[in-house]
Amino acid sequence: MQKSDIIAKLVEIGIDIFDNEDVELTETTTADEVEGWDSLTHIQFVVEIEKAFKIRFASREIQGWKNVGEMVDTILSKINE
Amino acid sequence: MELRDLKKNLKKDFSRFKKIKLAFLADTASQFIVQAIKGWGYEFSYDLDIFEADFNQIERQILDSTSELYEHEPEVTIVFESSHKLLYKFNKLPSAKKESFAQDRIDQLEMYLQALSSKMKTKVIYFNIAEIDDNVFGNHSNKVSSSFVFQVRKLNYLLMEKASQAANLYICDLSSVQNRYGKERSFSPSIYVNTEMILSVDIVPKVAFNVVNMLAAMNGKIKKCLILDLDNTLWGGVIGDDGIENIQLGMLGIGKAFTEFQLWIKALQQRGIILAVCSKNDEDKAKAPFEKHPDMVLKLDDIAVFVANWENKADNIRKIQRILNIGFDSMVFLDDNPFERNMVRANVEGVLVPELPEDPAEYLEYLYTLNLFETTSFSGEDTERTKLYQVEAERVTFHQKFTDENEFLKSLDMLSDVQPFNSFNTPRVAQLSQRSNQFNLRTVRYTEDDIKRVAEDNNYYTLTFTLEDKFGDNGLISAIILQQEDNTTLFIDTWFMSCRVLKRGMENFILNTIIETAKNNGYSKVKGEYIPTEKNGMVKDHYKNLGFEQEEGFWVINTEKYENKPCYISKK
Repeated sequence: MQKSDIIAKLVEIGIDIFDNEDVELTETTTADEVEGWDSLTHIQFVVEIEKAFKIRFASREIQGWKNVGEMVDTILSKINE
Repeated sequence: MELRDLKKNLKKDFSRFKKIKLAFLADTASQFIVQAIKGWGYEFSYDLDIFEADFNQIERQILDSTSELYEHEPEVTIVFESSHKLLYKFNKLPSAKKESFAQDRIDQLEMYLQALSSKMKTKVIYFNIAEIDDNVFGNHSNKVSSSFVFQVRKLNYLLMEKASQAANLYICDLSSVQNRYGKERSFSPSIYVNTEMILSVDIVPKVAFNVVNMLAAMNGKIKKCLILDLDNTLWGGVIGDDGIENIQLGMLGIGKAFTEFQLWIKALQQRGIILAVCSKNDEDKAKAPFEKHPDMVLKLDDIAVFVANWENKADNIRKIQRILNIGFDSMVFLDDNPFERNMVRANVEGVLVPELPEDPAEYLEYLYTLNLFETTSFSGEDTERTKLYQVEAERVTFHQKFTDENEFLKSLDMLSDVQPFNSFNTPRVAQLSQRSNQFNLRTVRYTEDDIKRVAEDNNYYTLTFTLEDKFGDNGLISAIILQQEDNTTLFIDTWFMSCRVLKRGMENFILNTIIETAKNNGYSKVKGEYIPTEKNGMVKDHYKNLGFEQEEGFWVINTEKYENKPCYISKK
């Protein structure tokens, strides 16, 4: 799977979870740049991502990412496990 | 509904809905569960105004009389003490104290209840404990009373005991929810460690649904009636085609599924849910299994209204509603046929039509999850309810023989037993106050404790009325609470009546009794009030029709000039 595919999927999930039609994500996007992405919706986002990619994030990872790019790297590493 | 759907509800328009003030106190992070409760509120047409205490503030909010909890004045206070925090406290105890852990928790809860009730009138919903099997003893926990597993189960039992005695304490069965969905689905360790949220995103909506269901029942939104199709719903096969020997019940084929389904329905009927049949069949063929099949659990006596014909089911359900005289929104319709279900959903607004699974073996498990029959009361009269509605059907037939309404009423030989509130009628009065939506002038809801308090208070005069006639006894059907406003005026704080006894002249009989009570105690004025709700439009002109006059938003009548109104009811 390509990074761009993962980002596309994150956008799809984000639109639903953040209740925001205009979600745009790049590797450098941070949560505070996206309307609707707060500490609560972040948890919902994480849970949906786990379901969508059939992966499990470790406790340390859930609140450790600095930007979308780091999330994508984590997801990639788990898909390829 | 998922959490994200419930959160989307939060942006919608709540302005037309009934407002209910709640408080939510928890020892874990409660943001999601509170959002989900508000979201479900939208689905139930409630605007839930929730004071959410800061994290881990249960004791401080309850014991400090100046706290925001008391400022908020919630009608219902929800307290969620989680099993995780409980285990943490338990593990820190010296061995000697582990034995009394459950009892100590109950004692602390009692202290909370006392503190709450001393400062405000609030119902308390307490979550019971979702088990954590820490396996410190393995299965041997069951033999070690000082183990956590043992103490949690004991605590849950003691909670039930307490709740069955304390009228204002209600238990939200979190343990049952975890039981149904499983620990793995209900708890996410990684989310918990990061956020202090104890309920998983998946389980939050289901727990919140439980809570709002309880709130709805507290506010009179309950289901009273179950309407049943017959073929492939109550038995396997089609009675008209297969005949009584070949329908699947009991040991025949998958008959077990239908027998167990009927056992559940029978339990509902014994608890006071009215059963009706709505089937496309010849009536005699439809009744045959009830009368003759040895594996039939339900009998004709269990069915209040039996409709079997070839007309369309929407019309038949309307016919059933006319006989029972309860709201469409208090009815549930079960039918295996999707066409019939869609047709009823589209044409009879208000009736709840669950989407039964295709496999009859799955009916029960599916229906259990819907929690259709939540309630906040259960009295002796519930078990007799079917008989009451059957007798009503007989009266309706008798009525059709008369052209003169007064002749009909006279021939009923009606009697009413008038009593003040007493220990015997308290449960029924409280129940009626919670269930009555239509013939209810001020829609004040009372618990049994509230009724006891009013009964003992010298500022109040209380009246209950039964109604019986030559067909049978309707039991207690109305209650009146008169409050002394000053030494000339009695205020009608409460007047509600069961819709079962409309058009019998009961209103006149009751008013005659109220005026008699007022005169005997030296009051020259009786004052009433109509508080409009979505459901009580029928009593908008109640006081006007009884001869009261408007005075500054209230209705008043003079007792000295009052002449008894005619009715065919006599005091027993």
